[in-house]
Amino acid sequence: MSSNLETAANPEKLERIVIEPLTRVEGHGKVTLLQDENLHIRQARLHIVEFRGFEKFIQGRPYWELPVLVQRLCGICPVSHHLAAAKATDMLVGATQLTPTAEKIRRLMHYGQTLQSHALHFFHLCSPDLLFGFDDEVRHRNIIGVIEDHPEIAKQGVLLRKYGQEVIRLTAGKRIHGTGAIPGGVNKSLNREEIDYLQKDIEQMVQWGQDAVELIKRIFFEQLDYHMAFASIDSNMMSMIGANGEFDIYHGGLRAKDADGSTIFDHVDYTGYRDYIREGVKNWSYMKFPFIESLGAEHGWYRVGPLARVNNCDYFSTPLAEQQRKLFMEAGHGRPVHASLAFHWARLIELLYCTEAIRELLLDPDISGTELVNKGALQACGIGVLEAPRGTLFHHYEIDDDGIVNKANLIVSTTNNNQAMNESIRQVSNNYLDGKQLTEPLLNQIEVAIRAYDPCLSCATHAMGKMPLEITLLNEKQEVVDRLEKRVTGEIQRTL
Amino acid sequence: MLQQPAKPDLIFTWGNPSRGDDALGPAMYELLQHEALDGVDLLTDFQLQIEHAIDLEGRERVLFVDASTSASAPFELARLQPEQDASYTTHAMSPQALLSVYRQINGCEPPPAWLLSIRGYEFGLGLPLSTAANRHLQAAFGHVLKLLDPARPADRDEHIVIPD
Repeated sequence: MSSNLETAANPEKLERIVIEPLTRVEGHGKVTLLQDENLHIRQARLHIVEFRGFEKFIQGRPYWELPVLVQRLCGICPVSHHLAAAKATDMLVGATQLTPTAEKIRRLMHYGQTLQSHALHFFHLCSPDLLFGFDDEVRHRNIIGVIEDHPEIAKQGVLLRKYGQEVIRLTAGKRIHGTGAIPGGVNKSLNREEIDYLQKDIEQMVQWGQDAVELIKRIFFEQLDYHMAFASIDSNMMSMIGANGEFDIYHGGLRAKDADGSTIFDHVDYTGYRDYIREGVKNWSYMKFPFIESLGAEHGWYRVGPLARVNNCDYFSTPLAEQQRKLFMEAGHGRPVHASLAFHWARLIELLYCTEAIRELLLDPDISGTELVNKGALQACGIGVLEAPRGTLFHHYEIDDDGIVNKANLIVSTTNNNQAMNESIRQVSNNYLDGKQLTEPLLNQIEVAIRAYDPCLSCATHAMGKMPLEITLLNEKQEVVDRLEKRVTGEIQRTL
Repeated sequence: MLQQPAKPDLIFTWGNPSRGDDALGPAMYELLQHEALDGVDLLTDFQLQIEHAIDLEGRERVLFVDASTSASAPFELARLQPEQDASYTTHAMSPQALLSVYRQINGCEPPPAWLLSIRGYEFGLGLPLSTAANRHLQAAFGHVLKLLDPARPADRDEHIVIPD
């Protein structure tokens, strides 16, 4: 299934175009394109240039610190790491079943996190591309442009995100560095005042969730053929699934389907993930390339995240999201929807689901319960998996007799999409860049394809964002022959 | 009460406590938490985001505190203006862009704001605060306390660079 643009036959004879760093994605990434003298794209790669050293950071720490410690791996989705680590430590402390209160409080926290993450991505990061088009003036193609042209949409994005943060704050105990989830359960439930506070605005959030889905559908259907074709790749898809096949982002088994929607595996106990998933390495990227073992590295790569989850599930348990899922699936005409831009559509159906799920949980008396923790005998191995906003997240720890972590393995969501993101940029290169002189709008299309996955390539550091976009053209002797820079003002300048 | 009324002054720090000198912002937050500060709210986060525009509402003055890889040591203090820079195109915003979002969504000017940039050097995952950064933190902390001194005139310097 891999395209033929991963490795060129004679790369030394080709010109190299580097897009570095990517804008509107998190962390350090760059795209290199090798172009021959006739402007044909011969090689396209998304590189991850920072090695993060997660495992080393974790080893040697006591297991009970993990849910708090791992939040510092990433400033973008700390709650996902918090909960995945908590699930792994549940296993370490022998808590085979959480109390209803603990599970529902964690779910509430997770829905709040997913809501705020999806709201940020759509309203803040990608809606400018969709609302104004990929070749819109750069300066206009940002959140300020959205606010100027669609003030109500932008404000809704801010307030939806704020609401999700408030759910996190009240369930995790703190605004950031929360300690809500602990090995075997949670350390607090919600009191009446907290529930009333969240209920006050939830109907508005559900309505805005519906509006967001309607907006993305309107955008999508205005140029349906284009949106369905852009960066579209046939792929396997993997996600967590509930016991009855329902959409579930907190707990369940693993389901993988092939490009036609046929089942590869289903309801797999995630603690056995190593029997199904392998991690390949390539010498040009720090990020691993996971694949489904039974299909092999070439054919076994897959996509995770909203697109996979909505395609894979049999139904949503909430009525509004389920109604939207059915409409979404019709776009595939009997097959899964493979359009990369449909990630945005699926993401907003999930956002709507989160608002509905939060509304349901706020009416559930269990969230005020007092039985918070279960524990059993200490175990040597703990594996926690959930669906983070960007896709399936694996935390795997092994501890010694003193409870100190001596082995850790993390497969983060974006890593699962590594090969798929590479395939998407190759599709764009083939269809939109091949044979053309490279310009900023054309190069932005590469970034649009990557942004659809909402990748989180690194953690919050100051090494990012100094120069939002730099494009360097090298000849076959690796000499710089051209360079484009996008300044912090959004201005594009040719600097060589 | 779940939401306390906004106090007149806000000090907003950010950074990752486990990312070496990126911890300068959160470290300043920790130091200030031990001070009895009247009329001052302290907030910290991993990074600035759009919803933080809401935290600026009802303030008279805002001081942002962050680590910097380019500020003169030990720190720089600069007055901020709303600016539509390109930082919103990443997952993290600049304080200038945040002020701009505030203006857009509220239809009015944001409160006066300053950025205290403390010079850092190493930002690797798992690294502690460097010795030099810690020294800069102490200097910056002392300066913040002076800024908060009610005896000090409200019209403060707009751009201060303290020699190391």
